[in-house]
Amino acid sequence: MSGVRVLVGTRKGAFILTSDGKRERWDISGPHFAGWEMYHVKGSPADPKRLYASQCSGWFGQLIQRSNDGGKTWEPVGNKFVYDGVPGTHQWYDGTPHPWEFKRVWHLEPSLNDPDTVYAGVEDAALFRTTDGGQNWEELSGLRKHGSGPHWQPGAGGMCLHTIILDPSNPNRIFIAISAAGAFRSDDAGKTWKPINQGLRSEHIPDPTAEVGHCVHHVAMHGSRPKVLFMQKHWDVMRSDDGGDSWKEVSGNLPTDFGFVIDVHAHEPETIYVVPIKSDSEHFVPDGKLRVYRSRSGGNEWEALTKGLPQSNCYVNVLRDAMAVDSLDKCGVYFGTTGGQVYASADAGDNWSPIVRDLPGVLSVEVQTLP
Amino acid sequence: MIRVVLPAHLRGLARVRGEVELDITGPATQRSVVDAIEARYPMLQGTIRDHVTQKRRPFLRFFACAEDLSHESPDAPLPDAVVSGVEPLLIIGAIAGG
Repeated sequence: MSGVRVLVGTRKGAFILTSDGKRERWDISGPHFAGWEMYHVKGSPADPKRLYASQCSGWFGQLIQRSNDGGKTWEPVGNKFVYDGVPGTHQWYDGTPHPWEFKRVWHLEPSLNDPDTVYAGVEDAALFRTTDGGQNWEELSGLRKHGSGPHWQPGAGGMCLHTIILDPSNPNRIFIAISAAGAFRSDDAGKTWKPINQGLRSEHIPDPTAEVGHCVHHVAMHGSRPKVLFMQKHWDVMRSDDGGDSWKEVSGNLPTDFGFVIDVHAHEPETIYVVPIKSDSEHFVPDGKLRVYRSRSGGNEWEALTKGLPQSNCYVNVLRDAMAVDSLDKCGVYFGTTGGQVYASADAGDNWSPIVRDLPGVLSVEVQTLP
Repeated sequence: MIRVVLPAHLRGLARVRGEVELDITGPATQRSVVDAIEARYPMLQGTIRDHVTQKRRPFLRFFACAEDLSHESPDAPLPDAVVSGVEPLLIIGAIAGG
């Protein structure tokens, strides 16, 4: 019988939650790497037993862990992330030049067809790649050396490259997003990049329609329609139907269009999910109610999903990499909160229940659908 | 033989218990000790000092014989008591954060 493996990164370790296809009873293993910040754990689509994890600490820096057995055992692999050439400067919060400094890996995106190839999105923003299972990492420096690089500025959470999307229909096409530079696309496997922010409007920057400078929080795509992208920006939920060349707002009737996560149903490419957050100064759900909003029309028309979620006295956030979907039928949806809960819905969001309630603050959630 | 006490998280990463004992060829300095640690435990590369600059990570400190050696030159000789193995070199995670 098929099953799922949910990979949870938290501020104090990683946890692996497994269930059969019913997704009712869960085994919980962890903490793996207890005490370390686990920004992201993700499995290879080409080999589900191959997992990669970003492990970091303010004291000891960055490590990358690899598992070849689905997370039962792990081995540290290469952790040398060195910018290509002289890194130069980007802008600091006050607009002064600031040297590019590696801080941590936010996101690991394994290749769709090679378990040894993985992309890493890092802070300060850059894209790295390994082709030997994580032993060696090389910067795809065409991104950072894009002419706009010296003008990039960090968001409140740091200048992080947090989203990497590989186009399943075109191995040369990669999408990435950076807070607070915006979204970028490569059509030559990462050699060169172009900003894809036309149509974004950010009132808090000097030029609200600038080519770069937008605080993109997350981007999602359905593999069957790789030209359709959905974005949760700092404020505004956006949609592109042309691979990012242009964007239009689809916030519609959301109670607030601030938020971090966005994801797409595994089988319905027009069904998308967000978790609205009150505001950029109050990073928790509005009205003390934890509500996932679902649109079945690719945006604009949204419905609140509340069954099984706390509807009073709830003040958690859901961070940008902390939502994922499985590909079972019905589609499972999962998200983790800063309060340490991981919620699951085995029916596309109609009903929710917590898998676990009391983990450290959740930084990331990924799901593997197992044969 | 030089004795080194690693922080708990690095002991876990290197899968060692208790002190690490190292034989250093040539002068015993902070640099040569960390070189020896990284040679024996490659997974600790980058966790004590930066890969490129070779500078001590900011929240780690080196102590020995009740003295803070953190700001001494990495090429300065370690105290005789450390070199002879009477006292350990302590690599300590600074108490910071919450």
